Amino acid sequence: MSALSYEAYAVWVPIVWVAALVVIGVIVLAWRNRGQKSYKKGTAQTDIFLSGIKVPPEEQRHVKAENVYWGFFEALKGFYSVLMRPHTGVVNDYILWFVALVAVAILILVLGA
Amino acid sequence: MEHIPLNFPFLAAMLLVGISLYIIVFKRNLIKLVMGVAILSSAINLFLVSLGYRAGGVAPIYTDAPEGSMVLPVPQALTLTNIVIGVAVLALMLTLVIHIYRNTGDIDSHKSRILKG
Amino acid sequence: MDYLVTHSPALIVALPLLAAFAIPLISRLGPRVRAVLCLAVLGLVAALVAILAVDVHAVGIRLYTFGATAPEMALPGGYMVPVRIMFEVDGMSIFMGIVITTVAVASLIYSLQFLNGQTGQARFYSLMMLLYVGMMGLAFTGDMFNMFVFLEIASIAGTGLAAYRTNMADAVEGGFKYIVISAVSALMVLLAIGILYAQYNVLSIAALAHYMQYTTLDMMALGLLAGAFVMKLAGVPLHMWAPDTYTVAPAGTTPMILAASYTSMYALYRITFTLYGGHIDTAAIGWIVIIVGVLSMFVGVMMAVHQTDIKRMMAYHAISQGGYMLLGVGVGLAVIADPVALANYGRDAMNGGIFHIINHVFYKAMLFMTAEAIFFRVGTRDTNKMGGLARNMKWTAIFYAIGALAISGIPPFNGFASKLLIYQTVLSFNPVLSVIAMFVSLVTLASFAKVFYSAFTGPEMPGYKEVREVPKSMLIGMGILAACIILFGIFPGLIVDTIVAPATEALINQAPYINAVMGAAP
Repeated sequence: MSALSYEAYAVWVPIVWVAALVVIGVIVLAWRNRGQKSYKKGTAQTDIFLSGIKVPPEEQRHVKAENVYWGFFEALKGFYSVLMRPHTGVVNDYILWFVALVAVAILILVLGA
Repeated sequence: MEHIPLNFPFLAAMLLVGISLYIIVFKRNLIKLVMGVAILSSAINLFLVSLGYRAGGVAPIYTDAPEGSMVLPVPQALTLTNIVIGVAVLALMLTLVIHIYRNTGDIDSHKSRILKG
Repeated sequence: MDYLVTHSPALIVALPLLAAFAIPLISRLGPRVRAVLCLAVLGLVAALVAILAVDVHAVGIRLYTFGATAPEMALPGGYMVPVRIMFEVDGMSIFMGIVITTVAVASLIYSLQFLNGQTGQARFYSLMMLLYVGMMGLAFTGDMFNMFVFLEIASIAGTGLAAYRTNMADAVEGGFKYIVISAVSALMVLLAIGILYAQYNVLSIAALAHYMQYTTLDMMALGLLAGAFVMKLAGVPLHMWAPDTYTVAPAGTTPMILAASYTSMYALYRITFTLYGGHIDTAAIGWIVIIVGVLSMFVGVMMAVHQTDIKRMMAYHAISQGGYMLLGVGVGLAVIADPVALANYGRDAMNGGIFHIINHVFYKAMLFMTAEAIFFRVGTRDTNKMGGLARNMKWTAIFYAIGALAISGIPPFNGFASKLLIYQTVLSFNPVLSVIAMFVSLVTLASFAKVFYSAFTGPEMPGYKEVREVPKSMLIGMGILAACIILFGIFPGLIVDTIVAPATEALINQAPYINAVMGAAP
């Protein structure tokens, strides 16, 4: 029916991909199970080293969502302040956008014809 | 397919649409906003009824109908449906305004707003 | 069987409508009876949709004229124009029917245990059935005025469901915003219908398309209709209501409200392709659709990556993914007048855009369900307060991961299948658009990885030691959608050929839709 059938993509045959993923997964798991011989549980070898600072307890080590991608948001601060300005959350503004867009659409359609 | 004659009912309907959109966009009181939607609904009802009107027409009931033209029945059916739907929408909106007032203690669209961004 | 096929369009809408009003009564017999009734009705309707789909794909457009001696008789004897209310089901309508029904079944099963212990359950299921009726009616109707009526039914039911948790201030606010934008846009649709009726004295879509002159008044009507439906489908810059409403709706219903948005997208396509097809300047309108689509993609995803509320992030992604659908179909519309370009890539771009509707509704519905599963157990939607949830909610984490990979277009899930079609075809049309689409997918993956990392991984948080996996019915609801996602990802060619290609054909070629009604007219 469609001109580009999925079989036309040489790189994309879903079944082959799934089979490949399964094979790779099995190999990785097998490799992982061979393990690291020199690892000893419960010794200083497994402690976290944080430049000599005392390591906080486990619950406080989790990076919160607001801190993830901190640099990305810091770099794009100006962009986000512009982007946030129309997102006022006031229902009147939603209708104002609607009225404006319909007016523009009608102008484009009528003047364009 | 004749053109619609430009006359007062249509102008009135469009004026009402304009007034109601002004109310919805610029009035911050949610009750007034709901009133704006009510006026918009009425404006469209007026528009539909005036579409079906024919000068000197009688009600489109065939039993014992007098001679002469009849007004169009379909726009009246549309209007009736819109009135019913309008009542349901208005009742629902007012209910929600009451709940907004109960939850936030305000019916100003800026001050009662929680969700943004 | 023949009887069933003939009357299925009416039954599909009538049965849930009856059930909606029977549910408050049946509820008096107990929640178990109510659950059985809801499941039985939706199951029966799903079977009818399947029968109708097979029939539509084998035979062609199915008409159902209410009150006629034979349902296929669109024009009463001696009339030139259709005067009766009718349903007209073609490839695109039944495609939407399949989408809506699958989501409704999954949502219903999910809701069964989700609602345990809540008040007002009878009304919840009533509204859910009404929302289903509204959407199916909108997809099947062959009549402009009924389009308005079903749009309003869906809006009112959707509002009731969004504001179901009236004790929460944000839920009421989200519901109120939904009804305001729905009421205003639906009234604009009615105004446009009035304008069209004034000129042509008919309401049937096929008859209107047959007589269409494309006068200045028609252009104004098109502007009103397009604006209203873009508002309802949450295209940028009219998208701002969507995060508010999707976020607050209880889980089983967010997917339904999402599907309602894409039913509005169907209405937009029906109007541009069928009603105004052949009159509008397709290249210009196609570019407008593409611009709205690209804006939606970009703004939606940039807003999403910024969010900390898990459902709000997903809602912004819904806007962004809606942009992909508009992009695909917009490219098709832009080249529809050029047979060579249409055959080379236009048709496949539309296939991609339409295929993306079903894929997106499935994975986004599942993601919303996982978000609400977290809310169900943890009691917050704020990702800052989450952590280590995968330790106790293994299945939810797995479903979330599947959904996140699917939405980011990672093989072998269904999102990749439709996105590949869109990238490939848009590349032939305009490479810049294709690059933007890929960039948006990248940011999508980044934002889902952020939430997966902060909510599911990490150490067990002290407050959440008691968190357990969600009840079975919720897992089954998500499982149905997960199965569909994987199935669609592994056999995309099959799905495209069986249900998507007829939908595209129905949009590109408007003549059969018109002739099914007006064929007998001179």
